[in-house]
Amino acid sequence: MSGEFHDGVVKALSNEALRGHLRRAMDSLIEKRLAVFPDSDELESLRHRCMGIRANALSKLPDLLVHLEARCEEQGIRVHWAETTAEANSIVLEILRSHRVERLVKGKSMVSEEMGLNHALEAEGIECLESDLGEFIIQLAGETPSHIVMPALHKSKQEIAELFHEKFPDIPYSDDVDELTAVARGILREKFMQADAGLSGVNFLVAETGTLCLVENEGNGRMSTTVPPLHIAVTGIEKVVERLTDVPPLLSLLTRSATGQPITTYFNMINGPRQPGEKDGPQEVHLVLLDNGRSRIFADEELQATLRCIRCGACINHCPVYTRLGGHAYGTVYPGPIGSILEPQKEGLERLGELAEASTLCGACGEVCPVRIPIPKLLNRLRWEGVRHDGSGETAGQGKRRKQSQALAWKGWSTLASHPALYRTAVKSASRFRRLLPQQLGPWTHVRKAPEIAEKPLRELAEEEGFSHE
Amino acid sequence: MRLLQREGLRVIFPRNQTCCGQPAYNGGYRDEARRVAAAQLDLFPQSYPIVVPSGSCAGMMKHHYPDLFAGTPWQVQANDVADRVWELTGFLTEVLDLQLKDLGEPVRVAMHTSCSARREMGVANAAEALLGQLQGVELVEQDHKSECCGFGGTFAVKQPEISAAMVGDKTESLRRTGAELVTSQDCGCLMNIGGAFEKQGDGPKTCHIAELLWERTRER
Amino acid sequence: MSDARSHILQRLRAVGRAEESELARPVASHPWSREEKLQRFTECMSAVRADVHLTNEREWCNDLQQILMTKGARNLVYAPATPHGQILQSGLSSGDIELIPYDQEIEQWKSRLFDETDASITSCHGAIAETGSLILWPDETEPRLLSLVPPVHCVLLQADQIYSTFAEAVENQGWAEDIPTNALLISGPSKSADIAQVLAYGVHGPKSLVVLVLR
Ligand code: SF4
Repeated sequence: MSGEFHDGVVKALSNEALRGHLRRAMDSLIEKRLAVFPDSDELESLRHRCMGIRANALSKLPDLLVHLEARCEEQGIRVHWAETTAEANSIVLEILRSHRVERLVKGKSMVSEEMGLNHALEAEGIECLESDLGEFIIQLAGETPSHIVMPALHKSKQEIAELFHEKFPDIPYSDDVDELTAVARGILREKFMQADAGLSGVNFLVAETGTLCLVENEGNGRMSTTVPPLHIAVTGIEKVVERLTDVPPLLSLLTRSATGQPITTYFNMINGPRQPGEKDGPQEVHLVLLDNGRSRIFADEELQATLRCIRCGACINHCPVYTRLGGHAYGTVYPGPIGSILEPQKEGLERLGELAEASTLCGACGEVCPVRIPIPKLLNRLRWEGVRHDGSGETAGQGKRRKQSQALAWKGWSTLASHPALYRTAVKSASRFRRLLPQQLGPWTHVRKAPEIAEKPLRELAEEEGFSHE
Repeated sequence: MRLLQREGLRVIFPRNQTCCGQPAYNGGYRDEARRVAAAQLDLFPQSYPIVVPSGSCAGMMKHHYPDLFAGTPWQVQANDVADRVWELTGFLTEVLDLQLKDLGEPVRVAMHTSCSARREMGVANAAEALLGQLQGVELVEQDHKSECCGFGGTFAVKQPEISAAMVGDKTESLRRTGAELVTSQDCGCLMNIGGAFEKQGDGPKTCHIAELLWERTRER
Repeated sequence: MSDARSHILQRLRAVGRAEESELARPVASHPWSREEKLQRFTECMSAVRADVHLTNEREWCNDLQQILMTKGARNLVYAPATPHGQILQSGLSSGDIELIPYDQEIEQWKSRLFDETDASITSCHGAIAETGSLILWPDETEPRLLSLVPPVHCVLLQADQIYSTFAEAVENQGWAEDIPTNALLISGPSKSADIAQVLAYGVHGPKSLVVLVLR
């Protein structure tokens, strides 16, 4: 990974246009969020409540999943379980095959990105069409989402206009947003009509009522889950909440944190397939519950908090590192702070542990997270897991980032700093011989001058001034 | 220290103090961090408040010591120390209710509040309130004020490119304010920002807030 | 497949159950009067470019006709078995607007619904003042796609059916005991900001949402 991430960073940082574009986008998202939380007491009590709702759900996760399954089945929703993404893909494929599906239309789903579903299905000759406008754009461009809520956030209007012109040469060039939207609407309406099946993600699962909740603005989610005769929903096992009354506060914080909207245009609650006498809706609804490392994350009391996430993206919008890099540099499905805690745990520290180091721990993410995931604390914990060598704990790839040279350096440092006399001598000689110290301190001095060491250490000054040091 | 003493406090500077252990802690080396931190615990045996002139060290001692020492023989002692830790500007405003009389020349100052002072210690307002008392100080505000300067300790070394981009933006924001002086309650940020200004060849001077307050209010 | 189920559950069950987290008190609802609720609802709806018209049981048919004409709609899809459907059949006087009943399964007339309809009308199950949302519970008489496919969606709302918050509606209407196959909150016309954060309306669903409030 190391090389990959570094290459991504260098590439992203050298793209001036991207950096300006990201900064403006993030500034506006931050401002919009601020505007819908005028009352910080209300915000804090709502965050506290939502954290409680999610933590409560996790505390009974296995029971809630079993209950959810039973409620869904009662209502005619078929429930499937998958331990790995490969298993999830083959479940979806099997359902599609048994219905002879050739064309699938998709609503936005990060879990399907995690599964690499489009590739898996296309390899089997099934057409997968993304119908969320942002997803549609990046599918046209052959890219991956750069943000979990706004997948095409990295693209400017001109880039999209050129992309449409290249892919649909029959339609006159335009960089007018309304016209571009109309083009997509026209194309996708045809596809909704023709699709043999629709696939979506899920924002919340309600165990009490067996409900699949979907949050969206465009209506493509509703189209995908209502028009085709077959609907498959894919989601992670952690998405369940206990009661229906848990939903309103979560929904309120989700949309306000994500895009600064009091609510999205559509909130769609699905409780089953078309009933006798109903004139539309899918004849079959399937729910695929994916583990893919989540149960392992679940096993650690502290890291379990990762699973509270409701995928609002606020941590990403407020992250100074993401603002510099954009999503692609991370090279993962989930970018930004949430990605930096989730991905190393999912994929192993050996490969992705570096992401936990790519943070100043400034805390901007934790400050806005609607379910109060202590992201900086978890990043720090993952750094520890990366170099830990006591063999306890669950995290994948534990200890794999330990380098002998580094470990020795820290050991040496700790010896010095836990023996005051030694430390004093070291600091003193650094002061005395400061002129002899290097002026080039590796990468630090590329953009900064090396810090100057004081003529006299503070302790000596304090002593001279007569401060007591009992 | 002189500032505190002037207010009639008896200031004790434990001779054996070294480092709070934060660098190793943030690098993932918890055992090493604990070893160093443990050596500090004994230095503050009395029930006096512990005033720390750097937000991130204060944050380490107040918020991370309890975790670092949980389940160890030092647990009780670590919690006790954590309870008594104050960040300097927070201490000056909340405990001492410090009143200042400015004796210095007029100057434009921009304040960079460190992330740990802002988010861990919650003292972003304290420093500004103190600066606000100084008549000669015109406090100017940079854009993206609450954003991190890109230091992050080991981060600056492990991810030098991202760190450079961040401090580049931060110095530009500060420069745009026309400030002659940039101050902060955190030494790490100052080293980062000041070092970048120096490398760029010009820019505002940097100075720790304690020094700024002292220099402007002391009778000569 | 059932293997995956038992493996996952086994792993989850192996973890000691965390203490049940105590939920903070529900955030207090708003003490809004009927008028205040209507006002808040109207403000929120207008903020997302929905049209809210105050009318009453006698006049809504005429008002609707006016609105449809100004929007250039030539036809209106409706649910014939609903009370308002009955009224429309006799009440819509102008021959300029063709009434299209949604009285067959979608598969029978998908392309007509998608390609030839201009507007639709539905009832609703109440509304939410705080966020400016309509509650729809589509059923056998009033299908789901009525509120999604035609470019203009009109909704009849009883003024005394506006709840302060979503939580209040869920509680007072007893959703948990009696949830329909599909329940929806609709808060404005379809929109997207996926192109350069610029807001565009009518992406996949209706471009225009009209609420007729009956007092
Ligand atoms: S970690 Fe928190 S802020 Fe980030 S996406 Fe998840 S819920 Fe949102």
